[in-house]
Amino acid sequence: MKPFTVLDGLVAPLDRANVDTDAIIPKQFLKSIKRSGFGPNAFDEWRYLDVGQPGQDNSKRPLNPDFVLNQPRYQGAQILLTRDNFGCGSSREHAPWALEDYGFRVLIGPSFADIFFNNSFKNGLLPIKLGADEVDELFRQCIATEGYSLKVDLAAQTVTRPDGRVIAFDVDPFRKECLLNGWDDIGLTLRHADKIRAFEAQRRAAHPYYFA
Amino acid sequence: MEAQTLYEKLWSSHVVHQEADGTALIYIDRHLVHEVTSPQAFEGLKLAGRKPWRVSSIVATADHNTPTDHWDQGIQDPVSRQQVETLDANIREVGALAYFPFKDERQGIVHVIGPENGATLPGMTVVCGDSHTSTHGAFGCLAHGIGTSEVEHVLATQCLLQKKSKTLLIKVEGQLGRGVTAKDIVLAIIGRIGTAGGTGYAMEFGGSAIRALSMEGRMTICNMAIEAGARAGMVGVDETTVAYLKDKPFAPTGESWDKAVTYWRTLKSDEGATFDKVVELDAATIQPQVTWGTSPEMVVTVNDRVPDPAGEADPVRREGMERALKYMGLEANTPMSEIRVDQVFIGSCTNSRIEDLREAAAVAKGRSKADNVRRVLVVPGSGLVKRQAEAEGLHEVFLAAGFEWREPGCSMCLAMNADRLEPGERCASTSNRNFEGRQGAGGRTHLVSPAMAAAAAVTGHFVDVRTLG
Repeated sequence: MKPFTVLDGLVAPLDRANVDTDAIIPKQFLKSIKRSGFGPNAFDEWRYLDVGQPGQDNSKRPLNPDFVLNQPRYQGAQILLTRDNFGCGSSREHAPWALEDYGFRVLIGPSFADIFFNNSFKNGLLPIKLGADEVDELFRQCIATEGYSLKVDLAAQTVTRPDGRVIAFDVDPFRKECLLNGWDDIGLTLRHADKIRAFEAQRRAAHPYYFA
Repeated sequence: MEAQTLYEKLWSSHVVHQEADGTALIYIDRHLVHEVTSPQAFEGLKLAGRKPWRVSSIVATADHNTPTDHWDQGIQDPVSRQQVETLDANIREVGALAYFPFKDERQGIVHVIGPENGATLPGMTVVCGDSHTSTHGAFGCLAHGIGTSEVEHVLATQCLLQKKSKTLLIKVEGQLGRGVTAKDIVLAIIGRIGTAGGTGYAMEFGGSAIRALSMEGRMTICNMAIEAGARAGMVGVDETTVAYLKDKPFAPTGESWDKAVTYWRTLKSDEGATFDKVVELDAATIQPQVTWGTSPEMVVTVNDRVPDPAGEADPVRREGMERALKYMGLEANTPMSEIRVDQVFIGSCTNSRIEDLREAAAVAKGRSKADNVRRVLVVPGSGLVKRQAEAEGLHEVFLAAGFEWREPGCSMCLAMNADRLEPGERCASTSNRNFEGRQGAGGRTHLVSPAMAAAAAVTGHFVDVRTLG
């Protein structure tokens, strides 16, 4: 996993609540057996005017000019502002894969769906929960100012606005450590292989019917 | 000992290791695998030179991509076929407790086949790379959906990294009215608490109305816990649970059964256990539900009208409602019963079990598909469900009514196979998500119970099934 430390990035505002993972990456693209290449199909149904299919040349497809991420001022955005319950719905990890492949490294919103939140951390994508008022203000500033960018510092757990205001955010210490270092969860867990084996042996003895 | 909730019992019996910040390694008893969210996990495992920790925990099937007709022609879509063949190859290489491949007589939707084969047992932790894994919580399990990185993590370590959730009790007391089902209960719950109402919580369903439900009804409710934001939904073990599991293929037998049942009976929240939050519903007031928008929380009763965004004070919500009405092609204040449908889908991991099909058949019997309804798909949840339905003659009822009787799979719940809505088509669906484009780009989904779906199929519009007699 790519480590995440500090990012000074352009911000794009996606001003709607309950953005589900079907919207982030529609089902026809889940047929891929790869982890990469989902970026051109992120938000496919909102982003293009036609219906996308796997294996298409996306550069030739008609863009929806009304979709916010298609506006010239948001090209190259690395931080996505969102509303409540972003990433709800399916557990497809293709959603964070698509966002990461698109170029996002940070998501900022008042709340995220659990599975999506969890999946994001596994892919070097940092979801940051801020108070609804803070998020409202970021939306206002972002829409009002072309080239609006934010500085995100994971070690310090801060988001710094262009006007100098520093907003602190929470992150689980364990997740933070993994993301800062780009650590692979599996490697970390296997350090406890003896403990897992001991637990398993005990469970097998007490409840053999789970091991049939 | 202090009174414990079911969730606390399940959690504490699976903690292998705990970090200082509370992040824990949880042991996983059952790993359900399907073709869509597993290929990258198997590939990652192989690239890292790792072996699966315990293959006897794996139960696998192909369900999302499989066609529901013309099985003799195989899988026509080459991309879908490659994904299913990749699962075949992966399971052939690593092994599994059971694999029900495409066309196997026990193949079916992963959340239908686990329970019907007794591969889901009370007290287990159950995971699957699919958000509707919450279904298995109906058996007093800790069951939830995981992402593909976590699928790989479970394959490699038999554990999952987790933080303990808060607990939420949804208490549904009283008696359901005639024609009102488990699906209506769970839609009413989501309407009440919203799609993020359960975020961060493990949700237990209790109360006399839940205890009165069959296992299939409980599965329908736990299935949609994720639609209320909760990764895990659960119901305590009782005699209904035990009776369901008796003689299932992977359930224990003899002395082992007796020992298991003694333990399983302890898997319920203790008297006086405290929850972080409690929500109460009166079963008697719940009516048949129909969603009107593009989120499961956008739900009303069939006798209501389409809500008017003008009455919503919150600007983000109001805009969401306006956007939903536009997408759904609906006018505010239209009576729900005047909304006509183009297709009907009876199936999905929410409602494709034998009782669901019986419920739909009871409405369809002696009636015919309305002329304005282009197609009614009935898709059983598994080969075993299909066989049982045919033994009862339900397929004849459906066929006589002009419905299509298909092969098992996820089908038009998410339209990864050929079953889908055309742009602008409106569907009465027994599935779980009415998101934009879920059942096909531009498709419009209304979530309902199997009885309500069948009623819409024969009348051509939403109708209170209780008035059909």
